[in-house]
Amino acid sequence: MVTLADGLIVVAKRDCPTCTMLEPVYARLAEGTADLTVYTQDDPSFPAGVEGVVDDTELETSYRLGIETVPTLIRVEDGAESGRAVGWDRGEWEMLSGLRELGEGLPDSQPGCGSKSVEPGMAETLAVRFGDAKLMARRIEVTEIEDEIEACYDRGWSDGLPVVPPTEVRVVRMLQGTTRGPQDVVGVIPPNNAECTVEKVAINAVMAGCKPEYLPVVLAAVEAALEPAFCMHGMLCTTHFVGPIVIVNGPIAERIGMNSGVNALGQGNRANATIGRALQLVIRNLGGGVPGGIDRATLGNPGKVGFCFAEDESNPVWQSFARERGIGSGKSAVTLYGGEGVMGNFDQLSRTPESLTRSLAMSLRAIGHPKKAPGHDALVVMSPEHLRIYAAAGWSKARVLEEFDEVLTIPADEMIRGAHGVAEGIPESKAGGTVTKFRPGGLNIVRAGGSAGLMSAIIGGWGASGERGTDLVTKEIGT
Amino acid sequence: MNDSLKLLDPTGETSPATRERKPPPESLDGLTIGILDIGKARGDVFIDRLGGLMEDRGLTVKYYKKPTNTRVAPIDLAQTIATECDVVVEALSD
Repeated sequence: MVTLADGLIVVAKRDCPTCTMLEPVYARLAEGTADLTVYTQDDPSFPAGVEGVVDDTELETSYRLGIETVPTLIRVEDGAESGRAVGWDRGEWEMLSGLRELGEGLPDSQPGCGSKSVEPGMAETLAVRFGDAKLMARRIEVTEIEDEIEACYDRGWSDGLPVVPPTEVRVVRMLQGTTRGPQDVVGVIPPNNAECTVEKVAINAVMAGCKPEYLPVVLAAVEAALEPAFCMHGMLCTTHFVGPIVIVNGPIAERIGMNSGVNALGQGNRANATIGRALQLVIRNLGGGVPGGIDRATLGNPGKVGFCFAEDESNPVWQSFARERGIGSGKSAVTLYGGEGVMGNFDQLSRTPESLTRSLAMSLRAIGHPKKAPGHDALVVMSPEHLRIYAAAGWSKARVLEEFDEVLTIPADEMIRGAHGVAEGIPESKAGGTVTKFRPGGLNIVRAGGSAGLMSAIIGGWGASGERGTDLVTKEIGT
Repeated sequence: MNDSLKLLDPTGETSPATRERKPPPESLDGLTIGILDIGKARGDVFIDRLGGLMEDRGLTVKYYKKPTNTRVAPIDLAQTIATECDVVVEALSD
């Protein structure tokens, strides 16, 4: 801690024209008052000719005194600050110093410059340097001859791609993205049931490449993944392809620059790419969910590195996915869906909603296996050009889903074991009846994609969808 | 950015901070043993004798040689040994 001696304190730097203009004033203060201390931020030889100059190039005093502008003049009485002048103002400086006619020939006032202690990124550096960061995670020493990115690989912290080394400064900076305390417990991460704090999520978000403003989205995604209904533990262990897919709704998507348009499910957008990855790194590093260990996926899918996108809410013809799922207007939310890879439906000729529904249903029928139902959920990511066909016909989303139910109610005889010469299928006991491809609520539609292209994406769900396994979980994004 | 070489542990902190060595095999029976001559003067005398003693016991031994003891093994040699052997005997040189 800085102990304050009674008298006057000036904090200044040579790089500031106002600070250098006041050199004669510092000399007057030194002569006229017994106790003047000048803390200099950039050049210990500045100001010249004044005794009591203290080198503050480490910025500890500037940081402790909360200096935002130089010069700042502080009066200390009985060990406590009794007054402060920011920048140059003759009246204020005279009042604090008790001296008259300070700075003859100088303007009556002149604003100062930014303190070096508040330069971009410096606050976090100083919080770490002076021990105020209050981070609890174990420190892992990396020797100077080690490459820090390789060190992260060596310790098994990576999903295969390079991670950003989680230094204390980067983690403190990441934590600026949330109002939550670092030691707030977010939940218990399967499969190892490790307690996960906001700080641990922030560490993994740094590694994933997130910006601090993405952290509330990552926290909401982790919370959603931990809801029992989502069944993260089971999804992690399965031999099936699935992994968690994060769908973002609400104003935060635009504020953090997420992509819901061209190539929304692809590469190239930092928020899309890193939010989903951060969730997967939390599961890997905290939960211990490592492929080949507890993750027994036969093939997996490329989205297991991280799969996150925003819904395109620009066409008001349908409500946003989050609004449908009970999130209030103007709020932001994540919805987690356990999904596999993307299957394209490339229908260029349908111009009526009836035709397009039947066409998309052909692809939907193949989810999981064309002869199995129900079991796997599905998510249709509808492009603007396909959406336009429904919008022009005035079909609500509920109407579209009703029509899907109808066309995806299939004669069981087409699907029983052995039909079409294929052993796989539903049990023979179902013969003669009908089966519905999806459980109630198992088929969902969200909107995304570029404005050109009569195509939609279909993302199959886990074979254990619904009460047997995973259900979609929506969480409002906090601060 | 090398502001700190202290990293914050992203894990559940259930394993030691220092990475543990892989445990040695309980037995060499049925394993292929690599013997790496690192190129240090007269190192070959020692390890050839060691390899001979292993062969006398019926163990499978393969011999490799590094071009020079002053540099790390060429990646091709390291990969060859890793592919062909279960364990390797090698020395450190001053």
